[in-house]
Amino acid sequence: MNQNRRVMLKGSLAAGVVGAAVGAGLLTPKAVLAAWSKEAFEAKEVDAAMKGNFGSTDAAASDKIKLKAPDIAENGAVVPITVTSQIDGTTHMSILVSGNATPLTSTYELGQTTEAYISTRVKMGKTSDVIAVVKADGKLYSTKKEVKVTIGGCGG
Amino acid sequence: MAKSIKLRAKSKDGVATVKALISHPMETGLRKDKKTGKIVPAEFIQEVVCESAGKTVLTAQWGGAISKNPFISFKFSGAKSGDTIKISWVDNKGNSDSLDSSIK
Repeated sequence: MNQNRRVMLKGSLAAGVVGAAVGAGLLTPKAVLAAWSKEAFEAKEVDAAMKGNFGSTDAAASDKIKLKAPDIAENGAVVPITVTSQIDGTTHMSILVSGNATPLTSTYELGQTTEAYISTRVKMGKTSDVIAVVKADGKLYSTKKEVKVTIGGCGG
Repeated sequence: MAKSIKLRAKSKDGVATVKALISHPMETGLRKDKKTGKIVPAEFIQEVVCESAGKTVLTAQWGGAISKNPFISFKFSGAKSGDTIKISWVDNKGNSDSLDSSIK
């Protein structure tokens, strides 16, 4: 009986600690993540994601944005993407994958001294276009490239 | 707990190149566990902030479509060798981590 009592005590104590941690955790992201747009990241269509993220879908195609991505990605779970913008006054950059369940992968807000260069790795569910969107002086520019995916990186 | 971040920042001709690797599962919330058939709950980094010498150089917002153990690289000018650099992340569960380093 005594043994059980010990176990019970331990169990409830641990639950209490976890609960407190979750409570504290729930408070912090709200304060920090004011900018994280649920609407944009959970959008199922490219246009909806663009609207949620930039407030507009009107992006002019530009050859001043360099989008470096492999022609064929053998593993869709890790597709290296590099975006470089040569447009003056670039303030925001985003990477979208049109074939993903939620096309918006990431968006970057550049500091004043930050160069318009981002390199990262994204997941791709299937063969589709990778779209780089750049915001410069309040206007949107985009460029895209098709990447063939042989093994999908989403689901499994 | 700064073990989740690996950071390398090098300055050359006043331009710092920052490379960071974060170890994180980056679950989209769409994947099913093969054994149990249940959906693996979403767990991904939502925001990454990088500051150098007191100024924010990059604020990144991420969704679940960034690869597992994310890698990010970017450049900024006006950097000197020895400047402080701090990178921090927060995920959708409220977990966070940060790392202080200096530019080489």
